Amino acid sequence: MRGRSFRLLALVAVAGLVLAACGSDDGGGTPPAASDGGATEPVDIAGTTLTVSNWDAYMPKSVIKDFEEETGVSVEYAIHTTNEDIMGKLTGANGTGFDLVFVSGPFVQALAHLGWAAEIDHAQIPNIGSLDAEATELPFDPGNVHSVPYTWGTTGICYRSDLVPETPTSWDVFHTAPAELQDKMTMLGTDRWLLQPALLSLGYSVNTTDAAQIDEAKQWTMDAKENLLAFDDTTFYSKLVSGEASLVQAWDGWCEYGRAEDPKNIDFVIPDEGSDLWSDTMVVLESSENKAAAYAFIDYILRPEVGKQIVEFTLYKMPNAEVMAAVDPKIVEDFPTLAISPAELFEQETQTDLGEEGTILWSEAATEIKA
Amino acid sequence: MSATTARVRRARGRPWGPRVVLLGPGVTWWLVFFLVPVGVLIAYSFFRRGPYGGVIYEPTLKNYARAFDPLYIGVLWTSVRIAAVATAAALLLAYPAALFIARASSRWRVPLLVLVILPFWTSFLIRTYAWIVLLNPAGLIDKVLRGAGLIDEPLPLLYNEFAVTLGLVYAYLPLMVLPIYASLERLGPQSAEAAADLYASPAQTLRKVTIPLTLPGVVAGCIFVFVPSLGNFIVPDLLGGGQTVMIGNVIQQQFLQARDWPFGAVLAMSVIFLMVVVLAVQAQVLRRTQEVEHGRPA
Amino acid sequence: MAVRRSGYLRVHLGLLYAFLYLPIVVLVVLSFNASGLPTTWGGFSLQWYRDLVHNEELIAAIRNSLIVAGFVTAISTVLGTLLAIGLQRTVRSRVLDSVLFLPAVIPDIVLAIGLLSFFNLLRFTLGLQTIVIAHVVFCMIFVAAIVRTRLGYFDRRIEEAAADLGAGPVTTFLLVTLPAILPGVIAGALVAFTLSIDEFVIAFFNSGPTSVTFPIRVYAMIRFGVTPVINAVAAIVMAVSLVTIVVAMRLTRPKGERSLSIGPVT
Repeated sequence: MRGRSFRLLALVAVAGLVLAACGSDDGGGTPPAASDGGATEPVDIAGTTLTVSNWDAYMPKSVIKDFEEETGVSVEYAIHTTNEDIMGKLTGANGTGFDLVFVSGPFVQALAHLGWAAEIDHAQIPNIGSLDAEATELPFDPGNVHSVPYTWGTTGICYRSDLVPETPTSWDVFHTAPAELQDKMTMLGTDRWLLQPALLSLGYSVNTTDAAQIDEAKQWTMDAKENLLAFDDTTFYSKLVSGEASLVQAWDGWCEYGRAEDPKNIDFVIPDEGSDLWSDTMVVLESSENKAAAYAFIDYILRPEVGKQIVEFTLYKMPNAEVMAAVDPKIVEDFPTLAISPAELFEQETQTDLGEEGTILWSEAATEIKA
Repeated sequence: MSATTARVRRARGRPWGPRVVLLGPGVTWWLVFFLVPVGVLIAYSFFRRGPYGGVIYEPTLKNYARAFDPLYIGVLWTSVRIAAVATAAALLLAYPAALFIARASSRWRVPLLVLVILPFWTSFLIRTYAWIVLLNPAGLIDKVLRGAGLIDEPLPLLYNEFAVTLGLVYAYLPLMVLPIYASLERLGPQSAEAAADLYASPAQTLRKVTIPLTLPGVVAGCIFVFVPSLGNFIVPDLLGGGQTVMIGNVIQQQFLQARDWPFGAVLAMSVIFLMVVVLAVQAQVLRRTQEVEHGRPA
Repeated sequence: MAVRRSGYLRVHLGLLYAFLYLPIVVLVVLSFNASGLPTTWGGFSLQWYRDLVHNEELIAAIRNSLIVAGFVTAISTVLGTLLAIGLQRTVRSRVLDSVLFLPAVIPDIVLAIGLLSFFNLLRFTLGLQTIVIAHVVFCMIFVAAIVRTRLGYFDRRIEEAAADLGAGPVTTFLLVTLPAILPGVIAGALVAFTLSIDEFVIAFFNSGPTSVTFPIRVYAMIRFGVTPVINAVAAIVMAVSLVTIVVAMRLTRPKGERSLSIGPVT
């Protein structure tokens, strides 16, 4: 009685398996073993594999392709969605599996404490000298011992000038929410940025580990939540473009993604209370067996003509005056956050690691806010 | 029943050889890659978190004490509530549908059932994503409702508990239809016909005969929907807009954001505990039904 | 009587199908939308399909998923079938059954972090191999459950007859038992394949740097906004499953009584 229908299923299954067989012509899957390169003397990196993890769409593919062509290194380019994502991956693999990872400042400290971040051999990165002075003394890694800044910027308010009557000047806007912004705002949802509007508005440090201050900021944010459309880290700019939201907490570069689609109406402002200075950095892992190629990659990225492509693609600033000077002036004019100077950025408080107790307090606050 | 017992009796006298060959590989895999990992998780739940993640092998009960914080009890309760509502909604949608399919003429049954399963073949994530597109305040449903003049203001459809529940129902509905259909089919039309012969109304037949006898299918379906709903973190993540947090999100957060594996392990234990409760209920229901069915082999 | 009620049931089923298919139809329509925004129609375009073909990461992810699902199907079908026969014939304890079935009912997040902790402790290299190991854990259980229902209908006297005719245990298994339970085995394999290829949570936690599978990639794309390429992917996935099933149904034209038994059966 069941014969025929099972035959039907058999066919479906066979079709699926044939499909699978077609796709699996190379038995790949095991991570390619990186050929070892001695750490001291310069080595021929051609033919080696470099495993990198970066945020999605945070580097033009052409840059990677050109690097591969020039050096003969093949780049295994993995992507992560958040700092937490890559940290989780590294924790799961005891700090192995990658040669080079892109993470934000506070996570450099964590990686260094865990012993997973290699000490950067500046001699192997000649272009490191072209970094802005400010970028060599970022509080999470003074002297660039474990990290080389890739991009940097600040967090502000990105809004639709046609839907918001007055230019927002204070982080308090999320808390007080004029009627027309009710359910029309989003805030960033990852732990480190979630409490920031509250802390800045209340006049506290963005790196506070004081339980009372965190508690107060938590309450502030829970009140603000009532006014929000959502917490959103990744799609807030498209919500602005579609009109789902009129005002969002945003990283400068991602506000520009919105401006790229609606140049007339989308604007960015750093509120009067100030904001943070964040930096996404490149960290070479201690476990890497191909550090030479990792250094070569970092050095390549610091070249003005390469950095220029990155800035024009990501619309984020690089902490490198030569690079910023090379960027097409028309692009800087269209996307004015690119013109924020290093000195201006440096006035903001830099995010640093919160330590054990601080991390727990922050993540409990975040859970409570979102629950 | 008696045939089974006879078979079992014969089996008892058998040598160990076939047992090892047949059960050995599967049970070994199960032991090494299921029991041991869960054991590791249990062990971790009694240790301390390292300052930058990792585990320090210093026994402590602090993690468990922390789990009783109203915050986490609240999240657990929300998760149970959302999963239960999603299960109930899926049941209400699935039972009549399964009933219709089971009563359809035999040539229609397979196509009708395939139509229910087919969406299940597209990616779970893509199906969830589809609801972002549909429910968003500038999305299709809003446009249709507004076009029809039914609403003036956009309805809050997305980024709340409603959206999360809807997403869960949508994701797991076929898992409810299938077991109910299977038990209806196994039941066949005979018992309903017998009830009708005894002058039971259709409603009585459904209530007194069909539903009780298909209870195992219903319970199985409920478990297939409830369990994955309870631990789900993707649907709240994508449709909840970070404003509806379920226990899966918190576990995920402990493992990724907070890098507090021991506490994440404790929260996982709470989920396992709930599972055991649910399965015990299922066993109870199954036993009752079998008593009703009188010796029909399961 | 049946007519009256089935009238209501018919409407109910119709609405259920609408609920199931509306989101998919919308995605398919949007996949041809020239405008990148899901809210405005910008005319017909195949642009997203062109983008898809050139999306190397996505193609690599699909390839990875097929590799994983292929291995998972093969391993879990063998293990699950043996397990089903073993449980049916050599074990009298119901408890073992329910205990073995646990991986299928435990929430995936628990299995995911348990395996991650385990692999981490043993310093296993995370990659496609760890995803395969993890998927087999629950896929083999589903295979076993499905094969077992089939075994329930199997008359063991046939095996005894084969033995009486001088067939050894292996010959009996290959020539008598296996053909009889083959439909169940194939249905089990199908379910294993389906479960593995779409599995996200366990793969997300247990994948290595370059072993991104299709769901992991899709998750990243969704997280990063409304990418119309996703619509094109959805349309293609839907078309492939639809065509496969329709073809299969054509080939097995209905004649008499039949039933469909896929999915977990209790």
